[in-house]
Amino acid sequence: MAGASPSAVPGGVGADMSLLYKLQNNRHALGYAFMLPAAVLLIGLLAYPLGLGTWLGFTDAKIGRPGEWIGLENFKYLVTDSVAQLSLFNTLVYTVIASVLKFALGLYLALLLNKNLPFKSFFRAVVLLPWIVPTALSAIAFWWLYDAQFSVLSWVLVKLGLIDRYIDFLGNPWNARLSTIAANVWRGVPFVAISLLAGLQTISPSYYEASAIDGATPWQQFRHVTLPLLTPIIAVVMTFSVLFTFTDFQLIYVLTRGGPLNATHLMATLAFQRAIPGGSLGEGAALATLMVPFLLAAILFSFFGLQRRAWQQGGDR
Amino acid sequence: MKAPLKDKEDHSAQGMDYLQSLPRRWVTIYIPLGIFVFVLLFPFYWMVVTAVKPNEELLSRQSNPFWVIRPTLAHFHKLLFQTAYPEWLWNTVLISVVSTIASLACAVFAAYAIERLRFQGSKPAAIGIFLAYLVPPSILFIPLSAIVFQLGLFDTRWALILTYPTFLIPFCTWLLMGYFRSIPYELEECALIDGASRWQILVKIILPLAVPGLISAGIFAFTLSWNEFIYALTFVSSSENKTVPVGVVTELVEGDVYHWGSLMAGALLGSLPVAFIYSFFVEHYVSGMTGSVKE
Repeated sequence: MAGASPSAVPGGVGADMSLLYKLQNNRHALGYAFMLPAAVLLIGLLAYPLGLGTWLGFTDAKIGRPGEWIGLENFKYLVTDSVAQLSLFNTLVYTVIASVLKFALGLYLALLLNKNLPFKSFFRAVVLLPWIVPTALSAIAFWWLYDAQFSVLSWVLVKLGLIDRYIDFLGNPWNARLSTIAANVWRGVPFVAISLLAGLQTISPSYYEASAIDGATPWQQFRHVTLPLLTPIIAVVMTFSVLFTFTDFQLIYVLTRGGPLNATHLMATLAFQRAIPGGSLGEGAALATLMVPFLLAAILFSFFGLQRRAWQQGGDR
Repeated sequence: MKAPLKDKEDHSAQGMDYLQSLPRRWVTIYIPLGIFVFVLLFPFYWMVVTAVKPNEELLSRQSNPFWVIRPTLAHFHKLLFQTAYPEWLWNTVLISVVSTIASLACAVFAAYAIERLRFQGSKPAAIGIFLAYLVPPSILFIPLSAIVFQLGLFDTRWALILTYPTFLIPFCTWLLMGYFRSIPYELEECALIDGASRWQILVKIILPLAVPGLISAGIFAFTLSWNEFIYALTFVSSSENKTVPVGVVTELVEGDVYHWGSLMAGALLGSLPVAFIYSFFVEHYVSGMTGSVKE
């Protein structure tokens, strides 16, 4: 702080150099002071817990009892635990299918909204609703839609003569997986669509005019104009989407609590179940720590997406 | 919900009648868009219908489930007078407002410091903020619950007020950094030459110009904390301290008989405030969302 560059002190020469005054005009000191509240909170309640969580993963901590170091035992146990293996499988299935669907449907919806529509802002506003209401509460609505006895979806299908028995949406493993994925997609599509729409709107119409004059079909325009120009934002949006989906908790907790037969347990819900109702904080923390490598992979993906954007911008000039 | 939408589409179709490609537009744009809007809105329609439907209609498979013959407010009455719902609502409002204001205050200072003061180490700080933004609550809640317990805050509102900023501050800071960047640096230089202190610049120049950004960040932070679930589920156990999402999920579901009417009424009432605020600030919300992703 003392070695701050003098050019950063714009106060007049011979001004009152009280401590407060110096602080006010030394940008480094002031910078640290301004960062203080955020830094204290983030270090104390984000960075420290992150470290603590990793440490807890190597202990046998229970609720209300500090644990002792047991090395890799939790991880060794989890690797052989069939429920933990299943949860990893479920998480990957859930993330991959839901993300692909969210991307495809989100991009489609964004392209539709980007057309010259009447009531454009109305549509945009309405489409985003699933994303802004509390997930736990919309999940309850899905729970009711998926009810084994009174599901309106089954009612419609029966009336149409497509099925003769009510579907047990959440009662058998694959039905439950697909139903939770559908609910997740319903919630995630608006985010992907609106973000991609913002990207689409930055693409200059002259590219489309030029390509149309050169005789490009709509598909060629999409493939060779829209998609390449949209790639950077797709990378970022999908990274976030994958991140949210991979660490999803509330939807599963509300719809199935991991059932039936652990078929929908994600790593996050299993970690919760082991740590909070089950009481073994250490094991839950180890499970949560196991999610980190996957998250890092997603973040690196985003990083390279951004790199590519920089490269593209350089290439344009 | 569906009726006015259809109306508008019809209306617009009349306005576009002279266009030759109208049938084509219907097939390629309006019908797919209509399906999207229908699917995205149907659960809300279903919430509303269920919430005002009397029990005997709810549990009959014969009548048309899409309509209500004798609408009733009994479910809302039960929710508001026989459950702790009003308390949950109050908790949610209190926790969301306090943590939003606190996070915004921290974020304004942090964003200004990183973006404009450019102190030594501001670049690592910016990267740190971005990384903090990427840390999901579902890997933090276990160690945080241990910390909350140690601090003696378990089962209090303070547990949530203190932990929500961990995801609000990174988000708001990131968003505000973008906004501050868009304010011309020359304005600040002029003020510096005229002898304004950094504090005066922040309060009198930057903040007034960043009001749209502050609103975006504020609404976004408010919705994020209103919708928060996993911390509220983990750190609070007694009914009177719960928030709406957690209360509805854990307390309204009793035994094997689900009271769908009051569950949907609870879900509806819990969604309305965010939907209401959102409807006033859609543009701010959208720009906040896309702004945070674009950077």
